[in-house]
Amino acid sequence: MHSESQKSWLLKTGAWLGLAFLHFPIVVIAMYAFNTETSSFSFPLQGFTLEWFAKTLAREDVRSAAWLSTKVAAQATGLAMILGTMASAALYRASFFGKETITLLFILPIALPGIVTGIALLSAYKLAGIESGIFTIVTGHATFCIVVVYNNVIARFRRTSSSMLEASMDLGADGFQTFRYVVLPNIATALLAGGMLAFALSFDEIIVTTFTAGSERTLPIWLLNQLSKPRDTPITNVVALMVMLITTLPIFGAYYLTKDTDSVAGAGK
Amino acid sequence: MNLNALYLQTPLRGVSNFLFRHNKVLLMVLLGPPLLWFVVIYLGSLLALLWQGFYSFDDFSMTILPKLTFDNYIKIFAHANFDIILRTLAMACAVTFASALIAFPIAYYMAVYASKAEKGFFYIGVMLPMWASYIVKAYSWTVILAKGGIVYWVLSKLGLVALLEALLSMPYVGGSTLSTSHLGRFIVFTYIWLPFMILPIQAAIERVPQNLMQASQDLGANVSQSFCYVLLPLAFPGIVAGSIFTFSLTLGDYIIPTLIGPAGLFIGNFVYVQQGAAGNIPLAAAFTVVPIALIAIYLLIAKRFGAFDAL
Repeated sequence: MHSESQKSWLLKTGAWLGLAFLHFPIVVIAMYAFNTETSSFSFPLQGFTLEWFAKTLAREDVRSAAWLSTKVAAQATGLAMILGTMASAALYRASFFGKETITLLFILPIALPGIVTGIALLSAYKLAGIESGIFTIVTGHATFCIVVVYNNVIARFRRTSSSMLEASMDLGADGFQTFRYVVLPNIATALLAGGMLAFALSFDEIIVTTFTAGSERTLPIWLLNQLSKPRDTPITNVVALMVMLITTLPIFGAYYLTKDTDSVAGAGK
Repeated sequence: MNLNALYLQTPLRGVSNFLFRHNKVLLMVLLGPPLLWFVVIYLGSLLALLWQGFYSFDDFSMTILPKLTFDNYIKIFAHANFDIILRTLAMACAVTFASALIAFPIAYYMAVYASKAEKGFFYIGVMLPMWASYIVKAYSWTVILAKGGIVYWVLSKLGLVALLEALLSMPYVGGSTLSTSHLGRFIVFTYIWLPFMILPIQAAIERVPQNLMQASQDLGANVSQSFCYVLLPLAFPGIVAGSIFTFSLTLGDYIIPTLIGPAGLFIGNFVYVQQGAAGNIPLAAAFTVVPIALIAIYLLIAKRFGAFDAL
């Protein structure tokens, strides 16, 4: 029995070390945002300051990039929530020829590399003569956000018993009332969780965005530009921490909203 | 006439009753808009892209001509371009292998040993870094690997800098500094895609009935034998399912190769440079067929290993 417990102890250490490895870069970003040093990344850190937060918030370019990202993510999420819910409502009970193909089509934008989606959209926009702008960014984002909402909502639909819908109809409600008072409350938390995750996904997206953004600058593109031209490092560090927070808070929200069900949101990205 | 009867005749109710009775129409109304979105915007773009791969590009005037040619697809096999594909493919395989190796103990511990609360903690602990901003994680690694940064500091405290220098002088692994080496790029790739490997493996192990392991040990197998001959074959579809993500995501990435590692393009960088600076969309379009084809081949292999049942 001795070697058995030793082995499980070893496994436990390995697992916890792995988890620590996953969080290490996140902790590093959180530390460097408060660093006093201005030009390099030397370690140990030089000192603690909050100065850069104020300076970052005062920067016009950071604010406009953050505002653009927020607008894009909000619009893409809204579209994805509507289209994703419609798709899952249509597909959860239906069985017809070609259903598998349609499901595959929905997954394709996240299964194929972002670069394929990005350049495909770009070349299509160019062929159609559409100017790049917020509209082209939102279109791209919504395409891969739909599947996030779809996955979450369809899992909930499958758990919802169809006899509830029939009962509601029997009691005199029409289809729209049934949707409003029976279906919507049932799928609400899954829909909200999917929406939060879609928002995080869109807010952070960079690979497709670099192709579809034209001259517009979302916050991740602003960050990428800073990295290739290393100036105002402290500002970059603070923005990095802010983007990190905006993308990780939704996962807590989504987990909280769906933790009591058998399909926890966020297991796939 | 009572109030109810009056209500029964509203036009909205008529629409709803019609949809309820005509199931196919309801299906079309619900499925139509999302399907139209995907077919027109996504599938349409993909086809437009593949079609543009046949267009010609005039190197002198830098313009795209709608004259159909196979040249772009033939150029994929040119020596320099083929190197790009091999380099990317080698990295994708290495990253997939390393992720599986690191992910397995974490997934195994989560599925078999962790208490309920601990499992919830691990679940969040894996999903959080998965969803945390991609560009910020990549940036964080440039900070960590920088000369004078954390890794160099730890190694100098341990007196291991000489070992790192020796490692960096090796071909295929090294580079001038950690952040411009193949090793550094490999570490960052493995880190970024690791969470995508953990969860499918964890789900696969969880589906293996615990009494199979007990039966195997009752029948005289020791711990490592029942691991190799019972658990691993049953959990393998989970590893293949996870590897689809690590393989495909590494294959198509172009941000990390620009930020970390030595010169030398990846497939993604080549596509980006061709469409951007060179404006040669036809060649870029033809080249995107490479990752699509490689992933399609990989998916076919994965399907044979039963990975789709484990997704």
